[in-house]
Amino acid sequence: MSKLILSRRSLLRASLASAAALPLGGCEAFDFLRTRDNAMREFMIGMNNLTYKAQRLLLSADQLAPEFTVADIKQDQHPNGSTEPDTDDYLALQEKNFADYQLEVNGLVERPMRFTLDAIRTMPSRTQITRHDCVEGWSCIAKWQGVPLMQILGQVGVKPEARYAMFHCFDAIEKGLSGEILYYESIDLIDARHPQTILAYAMNDKPLPVENGAPLRVRVERQLGYKMAKYIRRIELISDFSQIEQGQGSYWADRGYEWYAGI
Amino acid sequence: MSGQTQNAGRLIKRQKLSTRVTHWIWAICLFFLLLSGLQIFNAHSALYLGDQVGFTYENAIFEIEGFPSWMTIPSTQDLATGRVVHLFFAWIFAATLIVWFVASLWNRHIRKDLLPTTKDAKNFVPDIRDHLRLKLVHTVRYSPLQKLAYGGVLFVLFPLIIMTGLSMSPGMNAVLPWLPELFGGRQSARTVHFIVMALLVAFFVVHMAMIVLAGPVNELRSIITGRYRLSPSAKKEAPHV
Repeated sequence: MSKLILSRRSLLRASLASAAALPLGGCEAFDFLRTRDNAMREFMIGMNNLTYKAQRLLLSADQLAPEFTVADIKQDQHPNGSTEPDTDDYLALQEKNFADYQLEVNGLVERPMRFTLDAIRTMPSRTQITRHDCVEGWSCIAKWQGVPLMQILGQVGVKPEARYAMFHCFDAIEKGLSGEILYYESIDLIDARHPQTILAYAMNDKPLPVENGAPLRVRVERQLGYKMAKYIRRIELISDFSQIEQGQGSYWADRGYEWYAGI
Repeated sequence: MSGQTQNAGRLIKRQKLSTRVTHWIWAICLFFLLLSGLQIFNAHSALYLGDQVGFTYENAIFEIEGFPSWMTIPSTQDLATGRVVHLFFAWIFAATLIVWFVASLWNRHIRKDLLPTTKDAKNFVPDIRDHLRLKLVHTVRYSPLQKLAYGGVLFVLFPLIIMTGLSMSPGMNAVLPWLPELFGGRQSARTVHFIVMALLVAFFVVHMAMIVLAGPVNELRSIITGRYRLSPSAKKEAPHV
C-alpha cells in the first residue's frame, strides 16, 4: 500500500515535470535553427546532402518514376505557386495565345537556339501519367505531354563543362523593394537527360492551362513539385550556380528548401 | 527508501551498452522527429487514403486546423526548417536502427531478451493481471507485456515509420515503386506514417508511466549505467546474468 502511494506521488511529480518541459520543447527553444547561417543548421543540411548522394547511388540514370493509368486521373492538376503571371512580357505573349513565344536555350552549349511552340510541338513527344508530389504534402495525378528535354539538349549540344540546366521563368513569385524576383530552378544533367523529364505543353489532353505553367513547364518526376518550373522563358546550361541570386540554385533553395528534392 | 534497501534484491548488469546508447539516441531523435513532423504536417493539415488528394472531390479522412506552435519545431510556420530538422534526425534514427539490429543480433539481446518464449505465452494472462494490480516485479528478463511493447516498437513501428517515410519520397518511389503501393498509395502511406507517430506517442506515455510506477531510480539506472536491482522475489529465477 505504501508503495502505491509513493508511486502515485512520483507519478504526479513526473507528470508535472514533463508538463513543464513540454512548452520548452516546441516553441522558441529551437528557433535558432531558422537562421540561415547557423552552424547547427549548416551541419544538418550537410548531412542531408546524403539524401542526394544515396538516391544518385540507388537510382540508375533512366530508372522511371511510377506511371499511372487514365483511370487514376480524377481531377485537373491542382495549381500551386504562381497561377497568374502578370509580368509585362508574359501578358504580351498570353494575349496572342503564345503565338510569339520562343524558348531560348543558351549558356554552355555549342549552338544557342530558339524554339517556337510549333517547332516544339512537332518534335517527337512523350506522354506520361504521373503523380505530382508537393513539398506541402499533397499529391495529384495528371497526364503530361511534352518534348523530352534530352532532345532539346541534343540539338543545342551541351558543352562538357556544363553540370546543370537552369530554368529562367516569366513569373514573379515575389515582389520585393528591389523589384520583381522571377522564378528560377535548376536540375543536374542526370535529371535533365532523364526520359521522363519533358517540357510539357499539354495536360490531360488539353493545351497546358495558364495556371499550370503555359506555355511550357518542366516535369522532373523523381523530385518534388517545386523543381518543376512553370512559365519557362529560357534554359541556361551552367557549370555552377553559386553566383546566381543567393547561390543555392533555385528560388526555393535560396529560401531554405533543399536544392535536391528527391525526398 | 532505506526500508527498500534492507530487503532489496540483487544488483545485476541488465542493459548492454548498445541497448543503452541506441535507446538515448532514439529518444533524442524521436523528440525532434515528432515536433518537426508536426511542423511539416501543418503545411497541409489533413490526411487521405489512396494515391492523391481530392481537390475537386472529397477523400479526406482527417482534417484539423493544424498543431499549435508550442508543439512544432520551429515554433512559427516554417516548412523548410522543419524539413531540414526532420530529414537530419530521420537519417540518424534509421542508421541507429541498423546499428542496434546488428549489435543486438551479435550480443543476442534480440534472442535472449525480446523473442517471446512458450513461457511468455503461459505467463501472458497472469502478467496482464499483475500489471493491472500494479504489481511490478523486477526480474532478469522482460515480462511478456514488456516484450510485446518493446518488440512492437522495435520490429513493427520503427520499420513502419521508416518505410512510410520513404514512401513519400519521389526519388525512392522510382527505386522501389511497390513501396507506397504496399500501404495503398502515397497519401495512405502518409496517413500510416501519422498513425504510427501517434502509436509511438502512446507508447511513450505508457513507457513513462510504467517507469514511474516501477521505480524511476532503478529503471533509469538500468538504461543509463546498465545496473538493475531485482526484486527479492525474483532471486530464484536469476541463475544466469
